[in-house]
Amino acid sequence: MSVVGHAPPPFFKRGPAPLVRLAFFVSLSLILLVADLRFHTLEWARLAVATVAWPLQRVTWMPIDAAGDFGAYLSRQSTLLKENEDLRRSQLGTANLLLRQQHLEQENKRLRALLDMRARLPVEGRIAEILYAARDPFSRRVIIDKGIQHGISAGQAVVDDIGIIGQVARVFPLTSEVLLLTDKDQAIPVEVQRNGLRAVLAGAGAGMMELRFLAANAEVQLGDILVTSGLDGVYLPGLPVAKVVKIDRDSSYSFARITCAPLAGVERHGLALVLGDRTALPPQPDDAPTTAEQSARGKRVKKKARQ
Amino acid sequence: MQPTHSSRRILLPVRNWFIVVTLFTALLLNLIPFGRLPGIPDWVALVLAFWCVHQPLKVGMAAGFVLGLAMDVADASVMGQHALAYVLLAFAAAGLSRRVLWFPLSQQALHVLPLFLGMQLAMMVARMIVGAEFPGVLWFLSSFTAALLWHPVTYLLLIPQFRSEDKDVHRPI
Repeated sequence: MSVVGHAPPPFFKRGPAPLVRLAFFVSLSLILLVADLRFHTLEWARLAVATVAWPLQRVTWMPIDAAGDFGAYLSRQSTLLKENEDLRRSQLGTANLLLRQQHLEQENKRLRALLDMRARLPVEGRIAEILYAARDPFSRRVIIDKGIQHGISAGQAVVDDIGIIGQVARVFPLTSEVLLLTDKDQAIPVEVQRNGLRAVLAGAGAGMMELRFLAANAEVQLGDILVTSGLDGVYLPGLPVAKVVKIDRDSSYSFARITCAPLAGVERHGLALVLGDRTALPPQPDDAPTTAEQSARGKRVKKKARQ
Repeated sequence: MQPTHSSRRILLPVRNWFIVVTLFTALLLNLIPFGRLPGIPDWVALVLAFWCVHQPLKVGMAAGFVLGLAMDVADASVMGQHALAYVLLAFAAAGLSRRVLWFPLSQQALHVLPLFLGMQLAMMVARMIVGAEFPGVLWFLSSFTAALLWHPVTYLLLIPQFRSEDKDVHRPI
């Protein structure tokens, strides 16, 4: 082994030169980067290492856990009493709705049977605790304390008491990673609650989201509530997602820039509910038969669009 | 070996197990879930740079690569991101090792600061090429914290190598 910039005399055997080793390791890292980002082939390695490292990780949470416990210990009794009272009040407030819910579900089932529609399967949820935000500063992920062992699988929706916070992206034996709505890679089909206008909501970073591909004159107002449309088969329809906070209608662009803030505590931590898998959607209808010429044209257009 | 080349104190040889233990402890410190709190130093990078400067024949790019892979899994980031950054850091730190030890500790910190910044820049470029979001300027604060910690960490990691300072007139050093 030789030191950078100082070649040893040839009679000391010290392995390959530093530059050679640098090139070797850098290219190895780049291969790993490409393999993970482009082909997603390294999930098994990640799973194996994460499983082995689990006890270590558990140990490292101790200081943070202890700090949290200490803070909770110091919280005043009056605060706790007040919180208790608030909770009881809100429970009473929703009790009315809850009591009617069962009745409504029964009625819905009967009506659906009358109409000969597919029965909606009840969706069960699993309560999970958000442990911490992943350290990776380039994406928005949190780690929850339920994993493969608890029947969580990738793709499930995660909600809190107000609305959707994200989707399970990766599962480990005892934990899972949830990709938050505000991540740049996350998109969710929504509709405007007021008028049913459908759109796609995508993360914009910095805790905000963006309604994409809506015409500059689309009927969206400040303060509109966006709910899931359920078209993707992942999220149940009608769950609150976000609120429109800023609309920028610049006539020089064909699309409006609509910024939304998430309703649920996406960047806050606490308890979350992992919703069970939705029933599979009916198979998509076959594409209309296209002639070879048409498909060729389509390809060309796509290529152009990419450029 | 001396703590700095201009020092008159001579150090005992380093023990291999101590290097391994310190790197492992740094890895554990990095696993503490601080979330997105800015200014938390990358302990692995700091300790790795330290050993690459002080023991370039023992710790190098291979160690950086392995530690980087461990960090990639722990961080839920892309495989190879930390590995790439740590390999570059190890290379640069080993290149500095002959020169930087002639300076006093505060100036050594100034020498390693660009290494840490370059490491973060390499990570950022690798991720932003494939469309990740910009993590914010505050993220770079952790390099500055790491550079500030260079002085205490040097003393901490060299403690086992210091020999007792008993004055002996018959011993020249």
